[in-house]
Amino acid sequence: MTGLLMVIVLFLAVYAAAQIMRVYELSAKVREAREYEVTDKDNNTQGRLMLLFGIALLGSFVWMVFAWDKLALPKPASLHGVEVDKLWDISMGLIVFMFFIIQPVLFYFAYRYRGNSKNKAVFYAHNSKLEFIWTVVPAVVLAVLIIYGMTTWANTMNPTNDEEPIVIELYAKQFAWTARYSGEDNALGYANVRLVKGANVLGVDTGHVHAGDDFIATEIHLPVGRPILFRFRAQDVIHSAFMPHFRAQMNCVPGMETHFQFTPTVTSTEMRQDPSVQERVKRINTLRQGKGLELYEYNYLLLCNKICGSAHYNMQMNIVVETQAEYDAWVKEQKTIAETL
Amino acid sequence: MASHDHANDHAHDHEHHVENFWQKYIFSMDHKMIGKQFLITGMFMGVVGVFMSMLFRLQLAWPDEKFAILETFLGKWAPEGQMDPNMYLALVTIHGTIMVFFVLTAGLSGTFSNLLIPLQIGARDMASGFLNMLSYWFFAASSIIMLVSLFVETGPASGGWTVYPPLSALPQAMPGSGTGMTLWLVSMTLFIAGSLLGSLNYIVTIINLRTKGMAMTRLPLTIWAFLVTAILGVLSFPVLLSAALLLMFDRLLGTSFYLSDIMVAGELLHNEGGSPVLYEHLFWFLGHPEVYIILLPALGITSEVIATNSRKPIFGYRAMIGSILAIAFLSFIVWGHHMFITGMNPFLGSVFTFTTLLIAIPSAVKAFNYITTLWKGNIQFTPAMLFSIGLVSTFVAGGLTGIILGDSALDINVHDTYFVVAHFHIVMGLSAIFGMFAGVYHWFPKMYRRMMNKSMGYIHFWLTFISAYGVFFPMHFTGLAGLPRRYYSNAEFPIFDELQDINVIITLFAILGGLAQLIFFFNFFYSMWRGPKAPKNPWKSNTLEWTTPVEHMHGNWPGEIPAVHRWAYDYSKPGYDEDFVPQDVPLKDGEIGH
Repeated sequence: MTGLLMVIVLFLAVYAAAQIMRVYELSAKVREAREYEVTDKDNNTQGRLMLLFGIALLGSFVWMVFAWDKLALPKPASLHGVEVDKLWDISMGLIVFMFFIIQPVLFYFAYRYRGNSKNKAVFYAHNSKLEFIWTVVPAVVLAVLIIYGMTTWANTMNPTNDEEPIVIELYAKQFAWTARYSGEDNALGYANVRLVKGANVLGVDTGHVHAGDDFIATEIHLPVGRPILFRFRAQDVIHSAFMPHFRAQMNCVPGMETHFQFTPTVTSTEMRQDPSVQERVKRINTLRQGKGLELYEYNYLLLCNKICGSAHYNMQMNIVVETQAEYDAWVKEQKTIAETL
Repeated sequence: MASHDHANDHAHDHEHHVENFWQKYIFSMDHKMIGKQFLITGMFMGVVGVFMSMLFRLQLAWPDEKFAILETFLGKWAPEGQMDPNMYLALVTIHGTIMVFFVLTAGLSGTFSNLLIPLQIGARDMASGFLNMLSYWFFAASSIIMLVSLFVETGPASGGWTVYPPLSALPQAMPGSGTGMTLWLVSMTLFIAGSLLGSLNYIVTIINLRTKGMAMTRLPLTIWAFLVTAILGVLSFPVLLSAALLLMFDRLLGTSFYLSDIMVAGELLHNEGGSPVLYEHLFWFLGHPEVYIILLPALGITSEVIATNSRKPIFGYRAMIGSILAIAFLSFIVWGHHMFITGMNPFLGSVFTFTTLLIAIPSAVKAFNYITTLWKGNIQFTPAMLFSIGLVSTFVAGGLTGIILGDSALDINVHDTYFVVAHFHIVMGLSAIFGMFAGVYHWFPKMYRRMMNKSMGYIHFWLTFISAYGVFFPMHFTGLAGLPRRYYSNAEFPIFDELQDINVIITLFAILGGLAQLIFFFNFFYSMWRGPKAPKNPWKSNTLEWTTPVEHMHGNWPGEIPAVHRWAYDYSKPGYDEDFVPQDVPLKDGEIGH
């Protein structure tokens, strides 16, 4: 029955639209014009709409920035993250500036030069000087951005540290993360997916010289202020280790090892005391209370950010950044591979 | 008739030949009919692709709600109206595949290259009508196979439109990597074959069959765009073909091109020595030029529409050609910017940052030239003109965020987030679809001999333009909050709870935008049969297609092909009463031509 009604409604809608078209065409005929011809009145209306749209576009942009800026990721919690955010702010400032120049000019010109049957356009085909300017100015600006970007990238990917980084392996499989710490010798024992068996879920070669003191964790703990070298492996498909609070991301690829290094600078406790973070947690918890969900506490996160299968949307792990003393105490509690396997 | 060329003879062979239905509408070798076939097929695929986006937008806005409509369309994949996560991934995958390849490559370039190349360069038809027909039928077959893949038991391909292995190579990894994925690869193989046949034909036709006087420097910018697009296709699509074939070998023959050291669903695979990163390189070696294969025809159409309706020459004609060539050249050496964080050597990241940001220069030139073309014009707001101005706006808005994403250091944290989704939908999706709409409104009279309804066109444009920005602008902000793309639900992360309102806004605009397209479809089909008869040159345009008779005929011109005496942009030229001077009008004594 509903199906039939839908068909009838659809039919009537199409019929109504056809009648409206006829009205447009007939009223054009009365004016001794053709419907498809653009009149001065059309140009006035559409030109004004263009101007109006331009204003609305910029207005809504400003509104969105005010309303939603608070949703953006909090301040970076890593050494290189501060540099990345600096480059981000400069690039963003530049493109917003350009947006606010080009869009108004476009919509204003559309309005200002709307057609009129009494007018004739100006025959103006080229101007070498003008074209030279808007080739060279972007080129210079981009040259600066390119050099700045390349420097930041080089510093991020090849950081120079005074101390040796702590080596941690992140192992990805559908749909969970596992961390393996390199232990006292700060070197990971050899591992390969072919050695995965029973409790040895990471395929560690238990006889390997560096393997014995390695230990496996289901939560990442990091000491603040120490460089960390993450080595990534994947068991089945490509995953991506995304740690947005640290401005860090690297794919985990089956059959090869990838790595990313950074130094965390803010402990989880300090982050929770940050006023903007507290504000955010309060807002989120108000929402969650309304829905009867369990309350939320701020944590650094590791997310999977490369499509990896049905539960891709829920492949996560907590990251705890703590003081050296807290970290040492946590490490002491962990059982090494020599003890567990 | 002193100058008898091959195409001329060809036309004469057909002159007194009455075609039956099959020859005229199905296995046509006439470029105008083939163009229309591409358009209708592309539009149909567009409906499928956009409808899929409506379904997954419902899921994203209201993940806990049950929608009867989901069960109606998805059946067992949405029991009681609750979408299955695998189906969500399938929908985003096929939406991407259909929109990128079937709508914006074949539907856009296929339609307008076929329709306009012979008409605008002054040729009787394409160099090879038969190859042209094959090109369409390969595309049609690939469309059918892609649609059939939606109905297989384990669902269609679901690994994202880029179908990275091992996910796409291993049926154990997800249901969509079963038969659906095989069909995806077969479909794309046929698609590529069709696309290559078309591109070769376009290149040969433009190089060889231009009429007398049609120097390369007098070609309309549409033709320049189609030519460069075709060259890009010929050079890059074969690489995707090889990537697809190797992936097929890995799936069906047990080879290890992309696979090494894998245990999936508890099973250890024998594969050793392959690398998924190899696939990524091959894929993006096409994938990035593909962006311009989509975009350049839209920019070409816009150049034509903006010049005609501003009643002014396009500003900086030679700079426009130069920037098309520069963009095309650069597009081959930037693919790595899709791979900054794949584990590729960081030094390569620097190189690709450098080449990628360079693209901003020719792009900026194009944007500034469009805007200067409007300056002191006498703008006629046809629906096509509105869409072209819309294109310039989205091209600028989306292009600017490219400066962020092309910078490897900044890409680290927004890679694969909604910031990227916003960027490429605005710069490539919206711009290209606006270009396509502009083309349809502008050349509808040439295709169907009737006029589309202008008022409906206005309503269609404004609803589309508003909802387009309404959908994609807010996505920047969810991206900046760190929300990854291709997540079935954000509910597992309390940190994203606050983004739900934005997701609802986006979905509401998406539904509005989707419904607005019904106006277009109604206008299109109504006008095809009932619209007012078109005059010969409704937009007072200079290009050669408007010198042909309204009624279609084989060979395009009843008599000799007109010779060309000037470029395509003599609008409002001083010394003429009319504000346009068609290309076949000889120069006056003492007049300086281009």
